[in-house]
Amino acid sequence: MTVNAPVAAGTEAVREQAPGHKKQLSEGARAERRLGWLLCAPAVIVMLAVTAYPVIYAIWLSLERYNLELPQDVKFVGLANYGAVLSSPYWWQALWVTVLITVISVAITLVLGMLLAMAMHRTLFGRGTVRTAALIPYGIVTVAAAYGWFYAWTPGQGYLSAAFNEAAPLTAQFQAIGVIILAEIWKTTPFMGLLLLAGLSLVPEDLQKAAMVDGATGWQRFTKITVPLMKPAILVAVLFRTLDSFRIFDNIFILTQGNNGTESVSILGWDNLFNALNLGIGSTIAILIFICVVIIAAVFIKGFGTAAPGTDIDKR
Amino acid sequence: MTAVTAPPTTATTKTATTRGRTTTTPRQKVTWGGINFVVVALALIPVLWMVSLSFKTPTAILDPSFVPAQWTWGNYTQILQTSTFVRPLINSIGIGLIATLISVVLASMAAYAVARLRFPGKAVLIGMSLLIAMFPIIALVTPLFAIERSLGLFNTWPGLIIPYVAFGLPLGIYTLSAFFREIPWELEKAAKMDGATPFQAFTKVIAPLAAPGMVTTAILVFLACWNEFLLAISLTSTTAARTAPASLAYLSGSSQFTIPTGPIAAAAVVITIPIIIFVLFFQRRIVAGLTSGAVKG
Repeated sequence: MTVNAPVAAGTEAVREQAPGHKKQLSEGARAERRLGWLLCAPAVIVMLAVTAYPVIYAIWLSLERYNLELPQDVKFVGLANYGAVLSSPYWWQALWVTVLITVISVAITLVLGMLLAMAMHRTLFGRGTVRTAALIPYGIVTVAAAYGWFYAWTPGQGYLSAAFNEAAPLTAQFQAIGVIILAEIWKTTPFMGLLLLAGLSLVPEDLQKAAMVDGATGWQRFTKITVPLMKPAILVAVLFRTLDSFRIFDNIFILTQGNNGTESVSILGWDNLFNALNLGIGSTIAILIFICVVIIAAVFIKGFGTAAPGTDIDKR
Repeated sequence: MTAVTAPPTTATTKTATTRGRTTTTPRQKVTWGGINFVVVALALIPVLWMVSLSFKTPTAILDPSFVPAQWTWGNYTQILQTSTFVRPLINSIGIGLIATLISVVLASMAAYAVARLRFPGKAVLIGMSLLIAMFPIIALVTPLFAIERSLGLFNTWPGLIIPYVAFGLPLGIYTLSAFFREIPWELEKAAKMDGATPFQAFTKVIAPLAAPGMVTTAILVFLACWNEFLLAISLTSTTAARTAPASLAYLSGSSQFTIPTGPIAAAAVVITIPIIIFVLFFQRRIVAGLTSGAVKG
């Protein structure tokens, strides 16, 4: 008995050291660990229940022929749904429209957002007013704003339509896409501006002054000092906006219902679910959108070296 | 000449530097002032247009002028008398408040752990939150629709609250962990030295200090829930759980044959009012919250 005790204690110590291969965890560190897990557990459970499980379920549904109108006819069909979607001109049309809206609206938003950020950064007077005004498009319910744009462009009712000689842009494909992009830009420029403003405030004033003394023009200072130093903030803001824009739904749903060739991939997926009641095809589109989003994020993080927000910000 | 003008210039430069900005010439002031004016105008005109529409009589609607030719409160009295809009408005407030409360409580716990404790799996949690924050919601609509129908959650408050909590959590965890990092460590250590358990250190010391961050987070999460549309139209079928943004499309004109433009505009204005109030009173907090999560990480 007396001999056994020290041996047992010894093995326990070894066992604890082995997996950590750093230093032995103290009682406090172990308690900290347990508390950490305990505090995160509820959040993790909710997030997994609402996302991970449904995504797995969606993958399963995408492999089935499953139309709610024909509940007797549910059958495992393998990758046939993917074949059907990827060979359908509707998918490629929707993807093209989505990419077009995303690229143009993010590019314009970036330029206008930068201008807005500079305006908020430079002015001493009326800063609060500008911020308050800018936050209204950010905060407003997208659907409410979309109705505003819809009526503004309705001939006979709208001020914008009247200003453009009773134009009816929502009835033609490219003009309608233009209106959708306009609505997106109006709504999202403030968010871009605020993110860029935060990045702008990290650019040291001394550096700007030194360049000014050396005779650099305003444009040179902007391209050689401000932009390189703001690059991380710009990339994060653009990544956020790109992924957000790629899932565009609300504006199109109100403005055109996806008519006249303005369907985005999200609208297409929704149509297949709620108008065609086709769970199989709807899920397939959902999974394809998910894959697109993963590709976009990977390109940004690997290709442009965007630091994923919340990771190694301190190291930079 | 230079000797005389030099001191005032340095003086102005100094005051400007303390404010963290270079000096601006009067011309630049006018330029930026002009840009500011344009920004304010561009931000407000579409909102004022909605307000104008909401006060137009059915005949004045057909006149595209910005100022109503005939004013009326009729659109407001009409929508506030029908359950088609009032019930969804109540749903929106209730679902938004409950989802916000749960999100902020759960996110505070997780964010405290992220900001203060050392434990394995932290990077996984952050990565997962990021993934969910950027998730294409449409990818969840199909499976959630199927799951909620089989669980009897379809078209109920919990059926919307649960997904809203899940999407509020990443936002909450980011914003709150950024706020929590700013709170001085020493206070927590001091509390522990005085014999408080880690849990007590959380509830008695950190939580009160974190209250401003939690208010900010609550505002951001509530705005996100208030704004949400895709899940709201997909996971509801009647006014039992339909939220206000989703109800706009179901409003009708004052008679079956009038276009519902006025009532829709009035409803849009009603759901915009809380946002204007939040923005006016919490402008600084909202800006701090939005930027802390994304830039400071």
